[in-house]
Amino acid sequence: MAVTIAKEKWTSKVGEMVLDADSSVKVGGESTLPFLQFEGDIPNRPVLALEVWDLEPVDWPEILKAPFAGVLADPVAWAKKNVEYGADVVALRLMSAHPDFKNASPEDCAATAKAVADAINVPMIITGCGVEEKDAEVLEKVGEALTGKNCLIGCATEKNYKTVTATAMVNGHSVIASSPLDINLSKQLNILMTEMNLPANRIAIDPLVGALGYGIEYAYSIMERARIGALMGDKMLAMPVICFVGQEAWKAKEAKSTDDESPEWGAQERRSILWEVLTTTTFAQAGGSIFVLRHPESVKQVKVHLDKMMESNAY
Amino acid sequence: MILIGERINGMFKDIREAIQNKDPEPVRYWAKRQYERCAAYLDINTGPTVEKEDQPAVMEWLVKNAQEAAPLPCCIDSTNPDAIEAGLKVHQGKAMINSTTADQWKMDIYIPMAAKYNAAIIGLAMNEKGVPKSATDRIALAMEIVVNCDMNGIPMEDLYIDPLMLPCNVAQEHGVEVLETLRQIKTLADPAPRTTMGLSNSSQRCTNRHLINRTFLIMSMANGLDSAISDVDDDELLDAVAAANILLNKEIYCDSFLKTFRAR
Repeated sequence: MAVTIAKEKWTSKVGEMVLDADSSVKVGGESTLPFLQFEGDIPNRPVLALEVWDLEPVDWPEILKAPFAGVLADPVAWAKKNVEYGADVVALRLMSAHPDFKNASPEDCAATAKAVADAINVPMIITGCGVEEKDAEVLEKVGEALTGKNCLIGCATEKNYKTVTATAMVNGHSVIASSPLDINLSKQLNILMTEMNLPANRIAIDPLVGALGYGIEYAYSIMERARIGALMGDKMLAMPVICFVGQEAWKAKEAKSTDDESPEWGAQERRSILWEVLTTTTFAQAGGSIFVLRHPESVKQVKVHLDKMMESNAY
Repeated sequence: MILIGERINGMFKDIREAIQNKDPEPVRYWAKRQYERCAAYLDINTGPTVEKEDQPAVMEWLVKNAQEAAPLPCCIDSTNPDAIEAGLKVHQGKAMINSTTADQWKMDIYIPMAAKYNAAIIGLAMNEKGVPKSATDRIALAMEIVVNCDMNGIPMEDLYIDPLMLPCNVAQEHGVEVLETLRQIKTLADPAPRTTMGLSNSSQRCTNRHLINRTFLIMSMANGLDSAISDVDDDELLDAVAAANILLNKEIYCDSFLKTFRAR
């Protein structure tokens, strides 16, 4: 008797999101669990973004600042540098809007975003400073300034999603929907946003992941559960997932601690980059589609990994 | 929970009259309405008043009209193999045959028919001797159906075993046996066959029918019921299924769970 190969049969797939104005960069669309090409399709490879700030970061380790020497105070030059470094996407963080920093006006932020967008030819993610009320005001202006560019803007939360969603709809952008590692809140937020008539394939889920050593397994489980739900037909969880890995990995003491402080941990440069790379590859296995990183060497290393993982194992 | 809408059945007055008058409107109305109310299949039954020789033509007419009105597959329900085959011939997509018993001569007709038309099939855990009283006897008959389907290349996900619930006012002792049968069906094969039930049977000629149906459906879901031929016009039934889906971890919770269940 012939042996029947047991393959999982999924009934649904992840929505496909376009990340730029001419539809050349897409994410999502998977009809199988990560990299199991023998059970379904993975039409798009995950994309890697490098962060740009509109304000010189003060607490970044020297090792992280070094590749961007001379451009850290100039978001346009920094963004161009990121493209040179091979970033698929540039992720502009409008940190200057933060009331604790420059408390920059929405108009100033929008001007910066426009200048960066005009200088590069890769897709853009634009996030606010993390203060929900301020981000709503900032993103409203940014969304307007970048009309038609089809950017991914965020982060929309339970508190500010109405303004952010409306801006995205009017100006043709997609939205990052953030909820703090809670699959139920995440699903609910997606429902609320789609009830405003934002198409489901213009939402990226941000589960607010933690880095290696800081709750990575919890985030992994949530992403895995959401993805299985999506493949089984749960449309309100069938969105590509964005992981802000850089900000988490570079917050870890294993990344920040210098050679002198922790000689037993090995050289900081190798260690910190490994921290960012391993956090990313782990979440790629959990189904992440968009990774926002900080160090150019991490981009390089993750690309090697993704090249291998995207080789079809279909049979 | 795969809900099979029970409403397009000549047992109901409006459908019976629609068949007599060749008026497709009631059929179309119920196809569309049940589609909007979470039905995944439309049960189609000519009812007892149609003459045997007319049944194939009537089935064909019902299936065509139902599928024109709603994008759903049909559960073709008849005791007449010619009527079932007539329905299958015009059916679009993957149909379900309702049903075979565990009698060998019937399985020899319906199971190859399911294979020929790539249809799913409901297998009733009974035979010419009637509905068994115990779970053990029901399971023995279910196993006969599993074996016959396997021999004909029907995958277990296309086999729906109905443990046969009887009205609780005449056969009260059957309820617990049905629940036990549902549990055991899942151990008959790996992957396991699916399960279904004619839910409204449980409350024939009882008072508080909706309550009885709904309660038994939820109890059955907890014991492995995958599908039910039921009254999807009952709001409370749909809400109870939505809640049970959450409690059985079949659906990821969110505050709008009643709404998401009804959204397609």
